[in-house]
Formats: sequence, structure tokens, C-alpha cells
Amino acid sequence: MTHSVEIKNLDLSFGAVDVLKNLNLSIGEGEFLVLLGSSGCGKSTLLNCIAGLLEATDGQIFIKGKNVTWAEPSERGIGMVFQSYALYPQMTVEGNLSFGLKNARMPKNEIASRVANAAEVLQIEPLLKRKPSALSGGQRQRVAIGRALVRDVDVFLFDEPLSNLDAKLRADLRVELKQLHARLGNTMIYVTHDQVEAMTLADRIAIMKDGLIQQLDSPSEIYSRPRNKYVADFIGSPSMNFFEGVLESGTFRAGDLSFAMDGYVYERDGFSGAASFGIRPEHIATGDAVAASAVQMDVPIKVVEPLGADTLALTDVAGTSFWVRMEGAANVKAGDSLRIGFDPARGSLFDAGDELRI
Amino acid sequence: MAEVTAADLTGPKGAKPRRAFSPTNIMIYGTLLVVCLYYLLPLYVMIVTSLKGMPEIRLGNIFSPPVEVTFEPWVKAWSEACTGINCDGLSRGFWNSVAILIPSVFVSIAVASVSGYALVNWKFKGSEVFFTILIFGAFIPYQVMIYPIVIILRETGQSISYVTGTDFRLMGSIWGLVIVHTIFGMPILTLLFRNYFSSLPEELFKAARVDGARFWGIFFKIMLPMSLPIFVVAMILQVTGIWNDFLFGVIYTKPETYPMTVQLNNIVNSVQGVKEYNVNMAATLLTGLVPLVIYFISGPLFVRGIAAGAVKG
Repeated sequence: MTHSVEIKNLDLSFGAVDVLKNLNLSIGEGEFLVLLGSSGCGKSTLLNCIAGLLEATDGQIFIKGKNVTWAEPSERGIGMVFQSYALYPQMTVEGNLSFGLKNARMPKNEIASRVANAAEVLQIEPLLKRKPSALSGGQRQRVAIGRALVRDVDVFLFDEPLSNLDAKLRADLRVELKQLHARLGNTMIYVTHDQVEAMTLADRIAIMKDGLIQQLDSPSEIYSRPRNKYVADFIGSPSMNFFEGVLESGTFRAGDLSFAMDGYVYERDGFSGAASFGIRPEHIATGDAVAASAVQMDVPIKVVEPLGADTLALTDVAGTSFWVRMEGAANVKAGDSLRIGFDPARGSLFDAGDELRI
Repeated sequence: MAEVTAADLTGPKGAKPRRAFSPTNIMIYGTLLVVCLYYLLPLYVMIVTSLKGMPEIRLGNIFSPPVEVTFEPWVKAWSEACTGINCDGLSRGFWNSVAILIPSVFVSIAVASVSGYALVNWKFKGSEVFFTILIFGAFIPYQVMIYPIVIILRETGQSISYVTGTDFRLMGSIWGLVIVHTIFGMPILTLLFRNYFSSLPEELFKAARVDGARFWGIFFKIMLPMSLPIFVVAMILQVTGIWNDFLFGVIYTKPETYPMTVQLNNIVNSVQGVKEYNVNMAATLLTGLVPLVIYFISGPLFVRGIAAGAVKG
């Protein structure tokens, strides 16, 4: 596979603060990569470095095999979409789309045909003569995408593009983005703190924390086999239930709770010692399914959150808060006792020391 | 919960009624009225006096409207009043002031807006220190700078004369004063522009860079069109400040190049002959006319711009 974007040993510090630390990342041709992390993890900084809007302290950036570490943003073959849209307020939609092309001194007819083409792809043709102030949020974001589109670039960079939209519009535009990617086949790098966007859009997700990539994998791999406890905790809502205990010869023990890890696929063989066991709320069986589970118990319900499609129940297992996801019609209320069961093989084990997957 | 009865429905309903003569209103409008009178009464006296002939003024009733309206004092103030040996009225000072004002306003705003833009968007090593020093300059008393600037202007003028082989003088010329006004306008104007530009979204600047625009392209095509209010504010500040300036005008120019304010002072304070109150009033009004007109035209824009500039520090 050829690499569209390659980042080698990238460091970036603002004064004494190291935002990115020796970061390496290779992004394939036509790949949709999502940089995911909570605020302040360096994901937007990394994107700005790729765009050339921030100067790297050390390291190199290659786009299409060309070293662009010192290149101007406009020379890198990238297009960028910002969270606040960043449309030029005094220009019409058409002016916004053609601004970059005019700066590149492109012939007029070429500009016109590219603008028309982008407008068609994004279905904003009727809006071309309008000013950004006369557009809705979704339309503005389309124009912002169009501005990247007309430049006919290899790499699209998205900096939380959907965060300013309301929930319904966000879901709609998410689907459109996915379709756009399928049609164009460009490399796309997408920064977000929204795990739903990350899971739905990405070919691969890079989860970042403190300027380091914690895990770079496909969404399903990140969901089912998180590489460390931070990733396990970050992905999923409500997040994974954890027990702190000890793993000894294939049996996990936490207080009164004890179960064999039969069928669990180990990352490290023969581990023994302090560990945490995590299991997702949606992997807890209730009702008739409990009978088939390897571990079963009765737990008291403390809080019930009906979401419509699902019902969440906060329970108490061995003194720890424990979330259970049930079907929407589950008829439970706080104070009830609930019979639950789970299969330890679906859980994740982490070393209590370095918090890496066992 | 108690039921709402029919009796409750007759109680308070809809918008709360406001009394026209509440103590608050009386205080507010009373104060406004007094302040208005305080400022408008002198203006009224000036206008009526400037329209009277000298015999009428000697009657001593300064508040009475003119019996016989005459524009003679205005004409005299504009084109005949004497200062020293020159008897061509205020008109010379007016044109001098215009000649000082236009380049000063233009140059100072041009330099300050570019500085403010660079300080926000193109931060360089030490740009914060540079800005701090610039702001500190705003607190240095003018009087400290007066004599050093006299020397700087004189020496610079002499150097230019020497190099070009002409008799060029900065000290005492309009251009010297233009330079002084530009320099002294810098701290406050740069602060004004820096704050305004930093209130504009940073992502716009980034988007323009991705779109291939450079320093001047972004400034002229993106920043300028969004900054009309702050340019109006800067213009008003500079026009009124420079037009009303007396100190620099009297120090750095000479009688032929005196700005209007200095000339007004010389007319009003001349000790020879009879004091022509009507001419003095007309001359003062003429001098104040330019800032007044500027305020009236751009008042709404001024308020908008000040508010916009104050959003972020």
C-alpha cells in the first residue's frame, strides 16, 4: 500500500509544553482516518501540523511521498474544513469556492467549471450567489467542504466539522460525508471528540492522549480489543465496567467475585498478578439469556435510564458501580433485583501496573 | 397543588405596567435635561453672539437672540481676521490643518492596522515584547518627548538636505508634524486594531492560508472587508485628535504653517484693539466644525466599532 500521508518522529512544543511527542503515523491512499481524543490531547494540533498551519518543532511530514515539512499550507495538496466553517463573510458562496483557485492564478473558465462541479456534487447550486450569512449551518458546512473540493487535492483535513451542528443534522451530514468519501476516494483525516462519528466514518481510528497515539486500529478492533485501559474506558457509552482484582492461573478474582477466563484470547501468555477486568454494558445478559452465561449473579438496581431503544441500569456488583444495557422494553425500576450474566471471554483484561491489555 | 380559581385570573396578567413618572424616570430624565442644558447653553450663546453686530453685543445681554442677523463676523473670521502681520483670517489655518490631517490620518491608520494584523496573526519571536513596549509608549508624557523630537526633526531634515543637496526642513514644516502625529497615534491605534483583529475568528485566517493567500492577500481580501467599523473608529479618533491638537502644532510648525487651532488662539487672544466677541465666536465655531461634522456622520458606526473592538482583549 502506498502512503498518502506519512508523519515521522513529529515533535511539537509550545514553549515548555510538549503537545506532540515523537509521533509516527502512516495513512494509506484513500483511507479515512479519524483522530479521536478528549480535548487537549493534541489531535487538532496534529491536524494543523499536517496542514502546515503550525510549524513542527522536530520531525518530518510527507504527503504523497514529498517532504512538505517546510511547505506552505497551499503547496501541500491539502484542503481543510473547519469547525466554525470559516467562510469568508464578505464573499458569496461562489467567491468562497473560487478564492483559493484565484490565488493559484487559475484560468477563469477552469475556475468556473470546478466551482460548478463542486456545487453539483454538494447540491449547493442554488446557493452560489448568496452570502454565508444567508445560509443555514448545514449549508455553510457544505460550502466549507466545497472549498476543499474545488482545489482538487489529495488529502482532505476535517477539524471537528460537525460539532457546531444540531444532532439530527450531524447524523445526516455524517452519512453524506461517508458517501462523499466513497465517491471521491481521497484520503481523509478527520478530527473529532465524538466517538459515534469516529466509529461510523473511520477506516481506522487513532485514539490520542497527551500527544501520543494510544491505539491505531479499525473501529471494530478498537471496540472489541482495546489495547489499554484508557482506550477501553474512552470508547463506548456508558463506558466499560471495571473490576480491580487479581489474575492467577486463568482465574480472575475480585473480592467475593471469582471466575475462570475460559475462551479469552490472551495478548500476553502466563500473566499472573494484579489486573483489571472490564466488560461492556451491552455484553451483559439479562432475562432468559442469563442461563447460557458462564458467570451469573443477582444485583440490586440503583438507577434506571430509559433511552427508548435501550434501557440502561446502574447496578452494584461487589461494591463497584456496574452498568447494564437492556432492551428498551425492559420493565425494571430502581430498587429491583436483577439477574445478570456475562461471558468473561467477551471482556478485556488489563495489567494493573502499565494498564496494557493482557 | 392548589387549583387556580377564577379570582386568580383577575390578578397580574401579561406585561408589568410601568409608570411614566416613577422616581427612577424623574431622576434619569432630570439628570439628562440638566446635563443637556449645561452643554448646550454655551453653544447657544456662541451661535447667537456670532450672528450679532458689535453694537448689539455691547448692550450686554448675552442670551437674547440677535435683533439683526448678520454674517459679517463669520466672513471676517474666515478671511479677514488678523494674526500678527497676516490678515487673511482663519482660512490659511484651515487649509494647513487639512494638509496636516489627511496624510497623518492616512499614514497612521495604514501603519497601525498592518501592525495590529501582524501582531495577531503573524506572531514573530518577541512580538509580545514589541507590543508591550508599544503600549508602554502610550503612558509616557508628551512633554518628555517634545525637545528630543525637535532635535530629531531638525537633524533629520538637515541630513536629508545634505544628501539631496536641497534646503529641506522637517522642523517647522507640515511634514514634520505629520510624522509626529503618526508616531503618537501608534500605541492607541495599534492596540485598537490588534484587539479587533484578535476578535475575528482565527480559523478564517487559517482557511485563507490553506487557500494560498499570503500576508498582504489575507490583509486586503479577508481582514479589511471585515473591519470597516474599526477603521471608522480609528479615523474618528485620529481626525478629532489631530484637528484639535494645539501643543504639537504650536511647537513643530511656524506661523505660515500653523494649524487652525493655533491660529484660532492667536486671533482670540490678540491683545491689540477692541475684542470682537462676534468674530471670536464665529472663528471658534468654524474651528470646531470639522470634528462636529465627523461625529454626526459617523456616530452610529463609531459606537458599533467601539463595541466590536471591546469584545476581546
